[in-house]
Amino acid sequence: MTRPRVLTGTHFMHGDFAVAEGGLAAGCKFFAGYPITPATEVAERMAARLPEIGGVYIQMEDELGSMAAILGASCAGVRSMTSTSGPGFSLMQENIGLGAVLEVPCVVVDVQRGGPSTGLPTSVSQQDMMQAKWGSHGDYPIVAYSPASPQECFDIAIKAFNTAEKYRTPVLVMSDEVVGHMTERVTIPEESAIKIVDRKLYEGDPDKYLPYRPDEDLIPPMALAGDGCKVHMTGLIHDEGGRPSLTPETEDILVGRLLDKVVKHAEAIMEYEEIGTEDADVIVVAYGITGRIANRAVELARKEGIKAGLVRLITVWPFPVDYIRKLSENVKTILVPEINYGQIVLEVERVVGGRATVEQVTYVPGTLPDPDSMLKRIREAVK
Amino acid sequence: MSELDSVFDAHPVDAHLRADMLPHIWCPGCGIGIVLKAYIKALDKAEIPLEKRIMVSGIGCSGRACIYLNQDCYHSTHGRPIPFATGLKLANPDLNVSVISGDGDLFAIGGNHFIHAARRNMDLNVICINNFNYGMTGGQSGPTTPVDSKTITTPYGNIERPFNLPHLASSSGATYVARWTTLDVRRLRDSMAEALKKKGFTFIEVISPCPTGYGRPNRRGEPIDEMKQYQEIWDLREDNWIIQEGADPREADIRLNESIVVGVFADTDRPTFTDLYSQLDPVRKKKLKEIVREDERRVRE
Repeated sequence: MTRPRVLTGTHFMHGDFAVAEGGLAAGCKFFAGYPITPATEVAERMAARLPEIGGVYIQMEDELGSMAAILGASCAGVRSMTSTSGPGFSLMQENIGLGAVLEVPCVVVDVQRGGPSTGLPTSVSQQDMMQAKWGSHGDYPIVAYSPASPQECFDIAIKAFNTAEKYRTPVLVMSDEVVGHMTERVTIPEESAIKIVDRKLYEGDPDKYLPYRPDEDLIPPMALAGDGCKVHMTGLIHDEGGRPSLTPETEDILVGRLLDKVVKHAEAIMEYEEIGTEDADVIVVAYGITGRIANRAVELARKEGIKAGLVRLITVWPFPVDYIRKLSENVKTILVPEINYGQIVLEVERVVGGRATVEQVTYVPGTLPDPDSMLKRIREAVK
Repeated sequence: MSELDSVFDAHPVDAHLRADMLPHIWCPGCGIGIVLKAYIKALDKAEIPLEKRIMVSGIGCSGRACIYLNQDCYHSTHGRPIPFATGLKLANPDLNVSVISGDGDLFAIGGNHFIHAARRNMDLNVICINNFNYGMTGGQSGPTTPVDSKTITTPYGNIERPFNLPHLASSSGATYVARWTTLDVRRLRDSMAEALKKKGFTFIEVISPCPTGYGRPNRRGEPIDEMKQYQEIWDLREDNWIIQEGADPREADIRLNESIVVGVFADTDRPTFTDLYSQLDPVRKKKLKEIVREDERRVRE
C-alpha cells in the first residue's frame, strides 16, 4: 500500500523526516541529494516517499550536482528541494548564487553539524548561519528559516516553499543535528488546511516574454521550460530580456532589484516568537535549538523574579533589524546564545548600535546548551 | 539597395537566432558558430518542435552558444550544465534537452557529472566542442590538450595525457557516441539529428579550431591557415580522413600532428533512468528486476 502525499494525523517523527514530509505537503515533487550526516535521513525519506506520489528522487554524484539539478527541475515548473550539512552546504553555495540571480524557487535544508571542514559530523552546531547569508560570492538576497523542533521542521518546510515560490528565490532551512535527529510528536493537518502559494506564471504573449521584467512587487512572472516563451536565463548580469549586459548600470538594476525584492517584502517574510519582552531588563535573542533551550532558561529566570524575555527568531535572514533596534531601546542587556564562536551576535551588535549591552554566549559546537548555564548568564546580566 | 542585399535579405537560420544579441563574441576562425548552425539544422531535421527544444550550457566560449539561440536556453554555472539539464529533463521528460559546452567545462570541472549522467543513461544530448584549450580565459591547457602542445600554461609543452572522449563516453554508458570536426558539417548535422531523436545519453565530440587560444602558440598561423593545417596534419580532407563506422573508441586517442579517427563509435539501446524510474513501484518490484536484468544482458552482448 502506498501512502498519500500528506500524512494527515499525529506522528512520533524524526526531525529530518518531518522536514521531508513538510516539503511533500508543500507540493515538492523533485529531490536531488547526496548522502551526508546528519542530513541523510531527509534524502532517505524522500527516496521512499517520492515514488509513492509520482515525484522524482535522484541521488546525485555530489552536492554541486544536487543543487544544479533542483534549479533545473524548478525551471521546468516542479517544486524542488535538497538537503545537506556543512561540507555539502559549502559545495552548494555555487549554485545557490545561480538560483538567486536566475530567480529560481527552491528549498535547501542544511542540517548543521560541527565545523570547519569535516569537523564534527555527528554533533550539533549553528556554525553555518553567516554562510547562509554570505556563502555564495557576490551580493544576493536570501531567506533562511531556523526550526526548533520536528513539528517546526514540518511547518517551516511548507513556509519555505511558499516563500521560495512567491518571491522566486532560493530559501534555506537552517536545521541542526539535534533538531534533525530528535523524534517528537508531529501533527500533520488535513491536506485542505495546508496553504500553498504558487509562483507567479507568465500568461501573456509568448513572443513578447521578457524573463526579467518585474511587476510592481519587483517579482518577474516566470515562464517554464517548454512553455514556448523562449526563456533565456543566464548567470551573467542580464537585462529584462535575459540578455547578458555586462555594465555597472545593469548590475545595479538587477542586483539592486534582487536585494530590494526581499527588503520590500521583509515584513511579510520575517517571523519570530516573543516571550516576556514587554517589561524585560534582559532579553535573549536566539534561534533553532538554542532558542528552544533559551525558552526554558527565561521561564526559570521569571520564576526567580528576573524580568527576562526571549526573542526566538524563526527567520534569521532577513534579519528583523527595526524590531531588534526598537527592542534595544528599553532593555539593559541582550544575550545571544549560539552554538558557534559568534555569528548572529555580530548582526545583533550591528543593529543595536550601543543602545544596550550585547553579550555573546558561546556554546562550543558539539555541546548542547543546558538551560542552567543560560540561566546563570541571565542572572549575571541583571546583577 | 545593392544586388547582394536583395539576394541575402536573411540568413537561413535567422529565425532560430536572437538577432539582438549579434554580433557574437567568437573570434574570426572559431568553429563554435559552425557547430551551432549544425545543431539548429539538426533540430529541424529531427523535427523537434520549437517549444520542446531546450539548451543548457556551461561557461566558456562554447557555453555562450546558449545566448544566441532563439529558444529556451539556460546558461548555467561552470561545469554544471549536465546536472542542471538532469533536473530539467526529470521534471519534464517531454522536453528535448541538449547540453552544449566546451572540453574544459564538460571534462575538467564538470567531468564527474558527465560520467554519472552517462552511467545513469540520463536522456540528454551532450555536445562537446573540443578546441583543446580554455579559450575564454586566454588559452590555457585543459583535459583534452594533446601531449606536447604549447598553451599559455604549458609553455614548455603539455605533459598530461588528454582524455579520449569517445572512449570515456562509451565506457561510462553513453548509448550513442560520435566524433566529427567542424570541417564535416553535413555529417555532423546528420549525426546530431540522430542523437536528438535517440533516447538515452548521447554524446558528440566536435573537434573545433581555436586560432586565438590554441592555434597561435602551436603555430597554426592565421585562422584559415589553421583550418588548412587541421586538414593537412590530421588528414581531415574528405577523401583522406579516417571515418570508421563502429570504430573501437579505445583507438580514438588524439595525438599532436597525427590523424584522428572520426565517425560513430557507439549506437546502442538501453533503458534510460526515466524508463526505469517509471517502473519503480513501492508495491510491485518484480517488473523492475526483469527490466534491469534485460538491461544487463544487453550490455553484456
